Amino acid sequence: MSVNEQFQPTIVAFCCNWCSYAGADLSGTNRLQYPANVKIIRIPCSCRLNPMFILRAFQRGADGVILCGCHPGDCHYTTGNYYARRRMTLLFSMLDFMGIERGRTRVEWVSAAEGAKFAATMNEFVETITKLGPNRRLEDLRCSKE
Amino acid sequence: MQRIGVFVCWCGSNIAATVDVEKVSQVLAQEPGVVFSTNYQYMCSQAGQEMIQESIHKYNLTGVVICSCSPRMHEATFRKTCEKAGLNGHMVEIANIREQCSWIHKDKDVGTEKAVVLGRAAIAKVHLNAPLTAGQSPVKKRALVIGGGIAGIQTALDIADAGFDVDIVEKQPTIGGKMTQIDKTFPTLDCAACILTPKMVDAAQNEKIHIYSYAEVESVKGFVGNFNVTIKKKARYVDETKCTGCGLCTEKCPQKKVPNAFNLGLDNRRAIYIPFAQAVPKVATIDADYCTMLKSGKCGVCSKVCTAGAIDYKQKDELIEQEYGAIVVATGFNPIKLDKYDEFAYSQSPDVVTSLEFERLMNAAGPTGGTLLRPSDGTHPHTIVFVQCVGSRCDDGRGKSYCSKICCMYTAKHAMLCREKYPDTDVYVFYIDVRTPGKNFDEFYRRAVEEYGVHYVKGMVGKVVPQDGKLKVQASDLLGDRQLHIDADMVVLAAAIEPDETARPLATKLTASMDTNDFFTEAHPKLRPVESPTAGIFLSGACQGPKDIPETVAQASAAAAKVIGLLCKDSLTCNPCTAQPDELMCNGCSSCEKVCPYGAITYADKEFRGPNRTTLIRRMAQVNPAVCQGCGACTVACPSGAMDLKGFSNKQIMAEVDAICR
Repeated sequence: MSVNEQFQPTIVAFCCNWCSYAGADLSGTNRLQYPANVKIIRIPCSCRLNPMFILRAFQRGADGVILCGCHPGDCHYTTGNYYARRRMTLLFSMLDFMGIERGRTRVEWVSAAEGAKFAATMNEFVETITKLGPNRRLEDLRCSKE
Repeated sequence: MQRIGVFVCWCGSNIAATVDVEKVSQVLAQEPGVVFSTNYQYMCSQAGQEMIQESIHKYNLTGVVICSCSPRMHEATFRKTCEKAGLNGHMVEIANIREQCSWIHKDKDVGTEKAVVLGRAAIAKVHLNAPLTAGQSPVKKRALVIGGGIAGIQTALDIADAGFDVDIVEKQPTIGGKMTQIDKTFPTLDCAACILTPKMVDAAQNEKIHIYSYAEVESVKGFVGNFNVTIKKKARYVDETKCTGCGLCTEKCPQKKVPNAFNLGLDNRRAIYIPFAQAVPKVATIDADYCTMLKSGKCGVCSKVCTAGAIDYKQKDELIEQEYGAIVVATGFNPIKLDKYDEFAYSQSPDVVTSLEFERLMNAAGPTGGTLLRPSDGTHPHTIVFVQCVGSRCDDGRGKSYCSKICCMYTAKHAMLCREKYPDTDVYVFYIDVRTPGKNFDEFYRRAVEEYGVHYVKGMVGKVVPQDGKLKVQASDLLGDRQLHIDADMVVLAAAIEPDETARPLATKLTASMDTNDFFTEAHPKLRPVESPTAGIFLSGACQGPKDIPETVAQASAAAAKVIGLLCKDSLTCNPCTAQPDELMCNGCSSCEKVCPYGAITYADKEFRGPNRTTLIRRMAQVNPAVCQGCGACTVACPSGAMDLKGFSNKQIMAEVDAICR
């Protein structure tokens, strides 16, 4: 697996503005390390995440996508994360059908107080994706880096 | 093409230590559209902000990217900076290279590389930013208080004192709520009626307060500053304007066997009634479930005896529409029903009572005139057992998992009053824990034990069996490690309290959120405890969680202060990042309307110009920007992709994705 050891995955993390983005900030404030492969995109609520964004990320060469939102029941907009949960369940089963490894996508609830959980989740997720190797199945070669 | 300026902040050494800021600004300068790129020690300082403003003028910037700390920290600061320089605040994007880059990486190369990517994503997004302006919506200077208990009364009085009109909607025929049924209040033992009834009269006499008694909220439309509420005034079959409250009808009515709800069914009242002597408004009400005239058309005694001619058997429910700027929920609580607690024999013996019933039995205005008598045979009880936590802190599914908070204190009060009035009674209190946090609360409990000799026993009562006119109580004494068998004359159950049953349907009407126990949730459990997450809805009293009277009054006044703060404004600034449908793509399918948690989406027919000078009419979604909070749920639900969110549009987010994956 020498190839995988050098492989640096590209990982997009969508974080809701109220809980998880603040949780990510907290893990920074507490100087908790996680790999630089993770790049965070701020969205107002986890329910803002259009499944299209995940497909787009894979198309453009992302190797893993994670969505972080408020814990169920704690959504700033009351019900947003419930919508997100349902939509992602559907999307993930479709991705599964398409042959995308289940581990490449993930939903995690991270509150604004869970800096440590955010860092731990990201460490674990990067490790999972690194083991899975590059995502080739959905990548659009016309958008390829080379 | 935007003209973008990039400003990389060192944040002293916070960023500069692990990110090569010079290199970042150089690399980002090569990005398309970037006309100026620099770095500086502290961008948020006065000098840094001035530099941004000068650059906006000098390079005629249309977009600004600031690579600095989290937008949660300084987004507002930099937006203001740009607005002062004449650039719309929403043309600023922040790349978070401190909390999400420099602070989590130790390797400078890695940090620099990531900072560049984050900067690129922000630049890609800012290319698609558009100036946003927040709308203004006017504020109707009138408040609605739902619930006329002590919480609602206090809130209404405080709002009226500030000079605003307030309406109270109370479902019972009188305001006053649960506090009217209480005898004495802990820990001072002053009489509840003596401190409550003057406030009820104050509310009734205040010119700014209008009381809709025997009324309910039928529907709520609108949004903060502009609520449109329909109030249903239930028919009481008595003309409120004519009734003098003399009470003659309540003495002459031949229907004598109506359980008196005010005394919790411990005695009977007539079919026409005034709940209690100090009721506000003091107006009779006919109970339509028992009145023979209303049921069979035969009787009419009350109409004959009424000298004011106030009886109106043909009265109908009345709907009243009113506009409000703010709504306060003060729906209060109820003790839970005890039908699932057979072991305490509540349904088998009338001598097993709830604490609220006991309160009525001790009350001078209650069914026994304040003499403590057993409901079964009217004799004086000599041994009384109080059981704590009946349904509170209960995980077996029959009760509530939370602590009802007030039971420890009112039980100490009841025990103390029993011993004070009747020193010959033996009083036992069975408890799991005694919880007495509060000013002078623990002293009060200790007085019950030490001065009044109340027997506090740690342990739960397992069974109560009515036998030979006595109640055989089997209980465990955990500290003494033994079983106790007590022959009690009365058993008093401290039933858990739960939100009023009207709370959940009301929350649906208000689009306010609730927790799993049906208590209203606050916007922030610590920092915004009297506001609902739904703008313009405020919470007062036990509808938000179990509370004693001082806490309820404090929260009521706090809610009033928040309402006054809102009503003082002539108009409200709306959230500019709202959803917006594309007129050409929307087909009016209602998918977005269903997922909107705020009811911000409505439909309207809109005219379009068709081919050959024809006019087409199409149903289209419309977003009310004053109500939309910008969550974006609708944008994903829209099957045609017509709905988009300003400030976080599909294109903007995908541009960020592209920049990161590039």
